[in-house]
Amino acid sequence: MDVPAIELVALTKQFRNTKKPAVDSVNLSVSQGEVLAIVGGSGSGKTTTLKMINRLIEPSSGLIRVMGEDVTNRDPVILRRSIGYAFQGVGLFPHMTVGQNVSVTLRLLGQDTECVSKRVDELLAMVELPAEEYRDRLPTELSGGQQQRVGFARALASQPRAILMDEPFGALDPITRDALQQEFRSLQKKLQVSVVLVTHDMSEAVLLSDRVAVMHEGQVAQVGSPHELLTKPVNDYVAQLIDTPRRHSDFIESLMREAPIEGTS
Amino acid sequence: MTPKMQILFEQLPDLLGGHLTLAVPAIFMGVLISVPLGILCVKSARIRGPVMSLVSLVQTIPSIALLAIMVALLGGTIGYWPAFIALLIYSILPIIRNTIVGLESVDPAMREAAKAVGMRPVQQLLWVELPLALPVILAGIRTATVWVVGIATLSTPVGAPSLGNYIFSGLQLRDWQRVIFGCVATMTLSLVLDQLIAVIEKSIQARHRVSLVLASCALAGLVGIGLAPGFMAEDAAGFSNLLGSREGVAESLEPEESPLTLDGQVIRIGAKGFTEQFILAEALRERIRKVGGTPEVLTNMGSTIVFDALAKDTIDIYIDYTGTLWSTVFKEANPIGRVSMRADVAGRLFNDFGIVLLGPLGFENTYALVTQRKTAFRYGLSEIGDLTPVAKDLRIGGDPEFFGRPEWQRVRQLYALDDITEVGMDSTFMYQAVADGQVDVAAGFSTDGRIDAFDLTVLGDPKQAFPPYDAVVLLSPRAAKNQNLVHAIEPLLNRVSVTAMRAANRLVDEDGESPRESARQLLAD
Repeated sequence: MDVPAIELVALTKQFRNTKKPAVDSVNLSVSQGEVLAIVGGSGSGKTTTLKMINRLIEPSSGLIRVMGEDVTNRDPVILRRSIGYAFQGVGLFPHMTVGQNVSVTLRLLGQDTECVSKRVDELLAMVELPAEEYRDRLPTELSGGQQQRVGFARALASQPRAILMDEPFGALDPITRDALQQEFRSLQKKLQVSVVLVTHDMSEAVLLSDRVAVMHEGQVAQVGSPHELLTKPVNDYVAQLIDTPRRHSDFIESLMREAPIEGTS
Repeated sequence: MTPKMQILFEQLPDLLGGHLTLAVPAIFMGVLISVPLGILCVKSARIRGPVMSLVSLVQTIPSIALLAIMVALLGGTIGYWPAFIALLIYSILPIIRNTIVGLESVDPAMREAAKAVGMRPVQQLLWVELPLALPVILAGIRTATVWVVGIATLSTPVGAPSLGNYIFSGLQLRDWQRVIFGCVATMTLSLVLDQLIAVIEKSIQARHRVSLVLASCALAGLVGIGLAPGFMAEDAAGFSNLLGSREGVAESLEPEESPLTLDGQVIRIGAKGFTEQFILAEALRERIRKVGGTPEVLTNMGSTIVFDALAKDTIDIYIDYTGTLWSTVFKEANPIGRVSMRADVAGRLFNDFGIVLLGPLGFENTYALVTQRKTAFRYGLSEIGDLTPVAKDLRIGGDPEFFGRPEWQRVRQLYALDDITEVGMDSTFMYQAVADGQVDVAAGFSTDGRIDAFDLTVLGDPKQAFPPYDAVVLLSPRAAKNQNLVHAIEPLLNRVSVTAMRAANRLVDEDGESPRESARQLLAD
């Protein structure tokens, strides 16, 4: 079997001014080409876990392996260049054009101009933004959905084996979100890139991921496929979380049959 | 255009150039120092406190004092450098402050994004933080520019020519047109530089390459003018050189029968900040031009600054007064006789400083008690002693400072004038006041043109209560060795009577003639 793309072993983060650790001995692994969603409420430690993977936050203890290699003591800058990152609220640089935003990691890696420019065109085509039209625009001249596409293109630029996504669809309107989620899933399948996706929306997690990790108070409550979570939740918290998409889908199904079920609202 | 405006415009390239060579490099250096310092302050809280306290403290020093302090710190050097350093110091605070504010107002999410895409700290700064902070930093540079261009007018008294020359000389000559001209020129320069930076800022934001390049070129051109070695260095006023040599060429075309020649040598003439000094400096300029020299005049210099500059060979020649040297340079309290004072001053100047007192011009500019002819006739006044019997009925007008000076105490004592009523007023008004009969006597200056203009009588001082203030030509140690210069100046010695000087002052103060024209008439007499 292939080595996991990302592996977290007993990863812990203890912030200086709190009693309980924000992330408490988390063990998770992401196979190559797999999408792992981390779901949880605010303060569950999901974003802290994500940011420890590319060491935007330094772990207090524990181990991170990327493609089997222990990166806990590697130069974090080199690590970050090899892992894509899509931000909550997009995080494009407002003073750089679309092309400059997409190519920023490539330029940091010191690739030559011609190479970079070819790759930018390729990436923009991949996220369905024609390069001739969009390359020289500023982020402020794009819609929210278009900005997020640029964000994806930037995360994918250096052909990373893994990308990290922090609530990437959070700020979009429902129609744009749906379209973008579909595109993201097909692109991910095509590129066979591993993804760790942080979200508070269980429906999104169920729709987009191969496996879901539910985090609660700094610990992983359960990891499993959406099916396992739906059928065998380990505790009430997980059951409650997974109940929401189930109720939505039951309700929608009932609407289709034009026979409302009592107790749903 | 009136001839007067023409004169003002003729001086413009010289003074504007002087102003630019001071202000633009000062701002440029200010940016080079302040932006990195601001960055350091953001990155290290430990240096931030001390740096900001120091910079803010320096900013509270009144600008004119800071300029004078710079002269002292540079060991009495006048001209370009003290002014440049003072302006540089003034440019630092707004730029450093805005650099800090600009960097700190960068969205933390942007900083995290920069880190997450794999930037090292220096790259985060150069690629993201500084570009995002740029509008705020540029606003600071614009503030600094407006300050520095304004404050540069104050470099005139430390011997660096600037647009302030118009303002200082205008105030002394009571020539408001000149003052306003200087102000308008300064404001215009300030606005032009400010707008140039604004254009650069806008074109960066709007990504207009052409206007960015044009505005940057214009600014770089100005910086270039400032930094060109010929203009800066030891030279207080590069443009004045250009202007001077052009005049020199024009002069040499005139057939001038003179075996002596200064052969284009630059001779720097100093002058304090009042009418008589302006006229005498012009007279010296005229003499030096006549023998082929290239004169440069630095006017409106502070009294001690001009003396120190002469002692250091920074200027070559200026006119001072024996009584002034006696009390301010040699700190002597009690006056002695005219001839002995001149001899004593001359000896000590040479021994202590190597300065040569070439000789007297022939007049003195001392305190003089003046009165209306009518009053003089009524009380039978011809000398100060005649005031004694009627003192309790009389009122004397004068500068408040005058009544506090030892000279006045001596006069009161020697002539028994304790009963006279003192009326303090600004010296500008006292001649008018005595002419109108608001006061009976005024303590004026013996060469003031208004004595004639208001037809006043000067009361004699047979007891020599006022110390002698003979106008004397002083040469710097180096200039004293220049025989051709000495020969060029010698014809002025003992040539200028008190009446002639008074007439020359009157021509400028009352008739609005230029100091240069007045000097020409003085020499023609």
